[in-house]
Formats: sequence, structure tokens, C-alpha cells
Amino acid sequence: MQPLSRLVFPALRLLVGVALTFFGLLLVTFLIGRVVPIDPVLAAAGDRVTAEVYERVRTELGLDLPLWQQFLRYVGQVLTGDFGRSILTSNPVLVDIARFFPATLELATIAMLFGLFFGIPLGVAAATHQGRWPDHLVRVLGLLGYSVPVFWLGLVGLLVFYARLGWVAGPGRLDVAYDDLFDPVTGIVLLDAAMAGEWEAFRNALEHLVLPAAVLGWFSLAYLSRMTRSFMIEQLRQEYVTTARVKGLSEARVVWRHALGNIAVPLVTVAALTYASLLEGSVLTETVFAWPGLGRYITNSLLSADMNAVLGGTIVVGAVFIGLNLVSDLLYRALDPRARGR
Amino acid sequence: MSVDAWLLAEAPSSRRQARLGEAYRAWLAFRRKPLAMVGLVTILALLAVAAAAPLLATHSPIAQDLAARLLPPGTAGHLLGTDELGRDIWSRLVYGARITLVIVTMVVVLVAPLGLLVGCVAGYAGGWLDSTLMRVTDIFLAFPRLILALAFVAAIGPGIENAIIAIAITAWPPYARLARAETITIRESDFIAAARLQGASAARIVVRQVMPLCLSSVIVRVTLDMAGIILTAAGLGFLGLGAQPPAPEWGAMISSGRSYILDQWWVATMPGIAICVVSLGFNLLGDGLRDVLDPKQR
Repeated sequence: MQPLSRLVFPALRLLVGVALTFFGLLLVTFLIGRVVPIDPVLAAAGDRVTAEVYERVRTELGLDLPLWQQFLRYVGQVLTGDFGRSILTSNPVLVDIARFFPATLELATIAMLFGLFFGIPLGVAAATHQGRWPDHLVRVLGLLGYSVPVFWLGLVGLLVFYARLGWVAGPGRLDVAYDDLFDPVTGIVLLDAAMAGEWEAFRNALEHLVLPAAVLGWFSLAYLSRMTRSFMIEQLRQEYVTTARVKGLSEARVVWRHALGNIAVPLVTVAALTYASLLEGSVLTETVFAWPGLGRYITNSLLSADMNAVLGGTIVVGAVFIGLNLVSDLLYRALDPRARGR
Repeated sequence: MSVDAWLLAEAPSSRRQARLGEAYRAWLAFRRKPLAMVGLVTILALLAVAAAAPLLATHSPIAQDLAARLLPPGTAGHLLGTDELGRDIWSRLVYGARITLVIVTMVVVLVAPLGLLVGCVAGYAGGWLDSTLMRVTDIFLAFPRLILALAFVAAIGPGIENAIIAIAITAWPPYARLARAETITIRESDFIAAARLQGASAARIVVRQVMPLCLSSVIVRVTLDMAGIILTAAGLGFLGLGAQPPAPEWGAMISSGRSYILDQWWVATMPGIAICVVSLGFNLLGDGLRDVLDPKQR
């Protein structure tokens, strides 16, 4: 009896928490949708409608109901995937999002890999060389990462690496020449090109991807290296590290196997949270690089006051955010025996 | 007795002497950190530039001169060049410092007291009030901040005031968490019990005893958050949702220089450098303040 309840209760609490958070997100987007100075009836039916049509559309949209009933209706619609129709593209918002989301996913994932690949070794080096140049390098990278506006870094990157040096391809995901070479099966260009065997297109896609991913990944690099450094310093002070050294293990083995093994759990949870912020951070990066992802979809809709699309996009990003928070929490529980049953 | 000795006295004879002495010791510790001093000097310079903008600016920040458009940096009379409407970039940057300061000040004025109040009340009261307030805080913490700010601005319309409100709405939860954690550690202290025995009401204890003690960690957090606020505000400006033209807001300046980035690089680059310098200044200052003020590190 005891072990079961120990397993079930925390899981239940977690689920209730996630449900409440999602409910809160919907409440906020609902309220935002209500304070918009745009008349939703006119937005749906067009500017020149007769009073009769106006009333009918108003009833259809449920705007004559009391506010709490409107909210329940709204929750029901969102849960069944109905975010309304985008005015800009005249598609259902969910269809649009499904089309734009893979591009964002691709960008954020490569940026994340970039951050992990460089950030963790840098953080380890900083911890093992405290007060010397790797440590200073990580501090400077971190400080710059938190101080540089990502959209500006993107512009300067385009100026230097695309226009002046010609090392990378320009804005967009592919050159026009490669546009219809293969079918968008997954919507992730690198995967699609590889599956179609179009290696030249793959190479081109990579050239387009590397700069925005590096600009965006810079922030995950800054954060991950800082966190790795502080986790690592904490571990290197522990007695088991001394024991391992006394045993005669090589320093590399002590650091990379013993100490890193112990910080893997907090690092994974930090990485999951970083991933969430990368998805969000891609809004500005996508605008600069004309990257046809969710962020650009949201900002484009914003500028044309297309509220269904904006709020739909917000809900999807918010849901992914909440989901990643949950994943990070679950991973922590699953991987760290000390956190179980708490 | 010298001022120095009075400030550093082991046994201060008045409350004011103790307080000033404490501040002086913090300053002495702070002064030994070169990077923190760089941050402090940067921020003081920002304040000075904003205050003396009319004296430092060589031109009007909004007057257009189409004959002198897109002049490169170093042109006579235009230190940093001119933008696409012939406006002097240096003068616009100098006036833009005021906008940046207004934004961060307003956000902090809105956010810090709200977060402090929610956190201290939750931490001191405990029970259902605590769980409710913290649940709301957690919900806001789990939101994507930038996207939510975007949606808010989309709903209430672009503009600098609305950008400030949107940032503030999404920025308060970490302060509430922080203040709650601090409150819980001091809630059971003897001096709180003493105040309670003297008949002080809960409200009085929260405002007079608890809040001042949470202040130093909130100040550290605010300073470290400043860079984030500046970057978010600049991002909103860049998307055309913050300060509206012709206001010389740095993010909006980058946005308008974007079309010329390949040939007239300075139009977009200069305001970006200004943003970097100021955020870096706040980050360095915040790091230094954390080392000095954070009670856990002392």
C-alpha cells in the first residue's frame, strides 16, 4: 500500500499542477482576446454587414453569452484543436501552426545541440581551471550572452559571415533553386533532404541553418556552460573525488566519468528548460533570418492584428513550454533516486 | 574621530551609525572588484548621458535632413553618421538613453513592489493563502515570457507604455518566489516574535519587519534583471511594438537600420552596441552587488 501511494500521489499532484497551469494559460489568452479593441464580429464577417447578419454572426460566435460561458466554450474549442481561422492566410490556425512549427523545431534543436556540444566541455574546463583563462572565457561568454540582443547579433552575423565573408547562405531555409527538389514529409528540411537523397540540397540547408542556429545557440551555450561550471565545482569538492584521485585514477577519468556522471541529472533538467526558452527565443531570430517558423508566423500575424493566429501560436508555445517543464521535472525524478517519493 | 573610524566602529552607538557602517563595509568590499566597478561606472555614465542629453546631443534627435542621409561615421559634424532620414545617430542614441531608463525604471517600480508584496504575504501567512498565491505565481512562471508580452502588446496596442505593462505583467513572478523564500527563513526569528508580542498587526510586521529584510536580495535580482528587461524592450521595439517612430528607441533604431545593413552597416550597428554596453554594465553591477549584498554568500 505504502509504495503505491508514494508513487501515485506525487504523479497526481504533478498532473493537477500541469492542468492548472494550462488552464491559467487559457484564461490569460482568453482575457487577452477579450480586451482587443478589434470587433471579432467585424473581423469574421467583414466590415460591411447588415445589422441582421451582424447579430447572427454574434450569436454564432457565442458573444451574446455571459463571460464565463464564453470561457468554457473557448476551453472546449481549444481542447478540440479549434483555434479559429487566421485572417491573414484564411487557413485554420492549427493547420498553419502545423506547417510552421517544424521549421522552429529544427532551428531550436540545432541551436540546442550547439549549446550542449560547446557549453558542457567549456563549463567543465572552467571548473577544472578555476581562475585561469578557460574560466575567464566562460565568464565573458556568459556575460556577453546575457547582454547582446539576439536580433542585433543576427543582423551583424549576416553582415559579416554572409555579405562580407560569404561563408554561409543568407536568410531563409533554402536557396530558391532547391525549393521543389524534394517533398516536405516531416517539414524538417535536413531530414527531408536526407531522406530524398538530395545531398546538395542538404548541404545548402545546412549552410542556411548554421548562422541562425549559432546565434540562437549562443544563449544556451552561455547558460549551460555557467551551470556546468557551478555544478562541477560543487562535485570536485566532494570526498569521493578525492578518493578516486587517491585510488590513482587519471584526472580525466575522475572529471569526465565520476564527477560528470553525478551532474548529468541536473544538467539534463537544465537542458530541458533551456530548450523551452530557445523555442521562445526563436521569435526574434526567425524575424531576422526570414525563417518560416512559428515565431515569424506569430509576429507577422501580430502586425496585421490577426488575433486568432497570435493567440493560437501563444497557446501552442505555452503548451510546449509547460510540457518541457513537466519533462524536466519527470526526468529529474526518474534519474535522481533522492528525488523519488518526494 | 575620523569619518572612516566612525563608520567602521566595532560598537556603533546609534542605529544610523550601524546602518551607514554596514553600507560603507559593503562599498569597501564592492570597490575591490574591478569588473563590478566597470559596471557601476557604465551605469553612472548612462545616467549622466540621459540627464545631460540636450547638452551632449549635437543635433535634434528627430529633425530630418534628407540631404545628409546615410552619412558614414566620422563625417564632419556627425560622429556616428546619420540614418536613412538624415538624423544624427549620436544624438538619437543620447536621447534614446532616456527612453531606456524610463522603461527599466517603470518596469522595476511596477514589478518589485508587487512581487515583494505577494511573496512576503504568502511566506508570512502560510496555509491556503500561501498555496494559492504560489500556485498563481507558478502558473505565470511557466508561461513563455516574451511571447506573452507580444500577445499583450498585440491586444492593447503598440506603444511604450503598453510595452512596459506587458513586460511588468510577465516579470513579477521570480520576485514573489524570492521574497517568499526570504520571508520563510526569517518568519520564525525572535525579533518577529517580539514584534508580535508587542501587539503589531500581521500587516505591520510584513511591511515594517519582513519586507526591508527581503530588500537586498530583491535589489540584486532587479539589477541582474535589468539587462533582460532592456533586451525584451528592445526586442519589442525591433518588432515595431514598443516605442513608435520617430522616438529614438534603440531597438526601433536597429529595426529601421535593418534594410541598410549590407551597405550602411552603422545605422543598425550603433544602437546595438549601445544596448550591449548598457546591459553588460547592469550585469557586471548585478554580479558585484550579489557578491557583496547576498547574505548567503557572506
